[in-house]
Amino acid sequence: MRWPEAIHEELSGAGVRVVGYVPDAGHKRLIELCHTDPNMRAVVLSTEEEGIGLAAGAWLGGQKSALLMQSSGVGNIVNVLGMVRECRFPLVTLVTMRGEQGEFNPWQLPMGQAVRPVLEAMGTVVQYADKAEEVAPIVNAALRLAYNSYASVAVLISQRLIGIKSFQEQAAQ
Amino acid sequence: MKRRDAVQQLLLDRGELLVVAGLGSTAWDCTAAGDSPLTFPMWGAMGQAAMIGLGLALAQPQRRVLVITGDGEALMGLGAFATIGVQQPANLTVAVIDNEHYGETGMQQTHTAHGVDLAGIARACGLKVVAFEEARNAIYQGVGPHFVVVKVEAEKIPLVLPPREGALLKARFRRAVLGPNADLD
Repeated sequence: MRWPEAIHEELSGAGVRVVGYVPDAGHKRLIELCHTDPNMRAVVLSTEEEGIGLAAGAWLGGQKSALLMQSSGVGNIVNVLGMVRECRFPLVTLVTMRGEQGEFNPWQLPMGQAVRPVLEAMGTVVQYADKAEEVAPIVNAALRLAYNSYASVAVLISQRLIGIKSFQEQAAQ
Repeated sequence: MKRRDAVQQLLLDRGELLVVAGLGSTAWDCTAAGDSPLTFPMWGAMGQAAMIGLGLALAQPQRRVLVITGDGEALMGLGAFATIGVQQPANLTVAVIDNEHYGETGMQQTHTAHGVDLAGIARACGLKVVAFEEARNAIYQGVGPHFVVVKVEAEKIPLVLPPREGALLKARFRRAVLGPNADLD
């Protein structure tokens, strides 16, 4: 089983019903799996911060959710993470990284390198997965931490695992 | 129309209606109409009221959900209307109380004072736009998603504040919706 399938299995097993996403090539397979899962509502967002509102509303209504984005999207959610912290909303954010290992687009670098300090400054617990076999257990632990301890948890999925090394490869996805 | 009268009319005999109140004047308006555990008043996260309403509407499809927010708050999250248009939640109404000004920051004009048409944007995103006279029917029994703009006077009126603590507002709302198990799940 590849890591996107393994993540989907963890989300499903934890009872996640709502999955908000801004598409990223690294999340392509997981987004497809969430869309075809009859027990999940996959919600395409126009910007990542919408996913925070969506997750908060779902939890107010008693449902668990997950939020999928690329590292650039972390910059879009900063202020809204203030609500997550103040209200102690549980939140699981799965971030596919750009601007780190082997990046080919220099415009990705500044935000990619700022992801961890920005999230930590806003009170989000950051966990990092850079081996395929570790992704599922780390997501499993993130879901338990978020929903048992009312925490905001982000799992950063290393660019090494995404494996895209050029614009041409990205376009061919 | 006066904003407090408009909100009072929308919330009269609200029963089990779930309400998300956008930050600032609309949160005070909802509180003036009667503080309720079934209202989630926001004190921040500007631009997210409609999205919280969407999450709630998807999680509670058997309940009616009303977002009451201001023109400034709605303008900060216009993308939410596109996202709601895709999801088509039948039980959601977004009501924008439009005084064409940023009321909490010195009454500067918003875009709607210059002709930006929020109802036109919502309609183009796939929401069903209704007039204020039809709003109660839309909120309490119509097949949405609905959108209503209520043009109101730009007036400075006394603040009527809800509780501030976010964790408290979340917990009381969940208890009121989900019952005593809300704290155990």
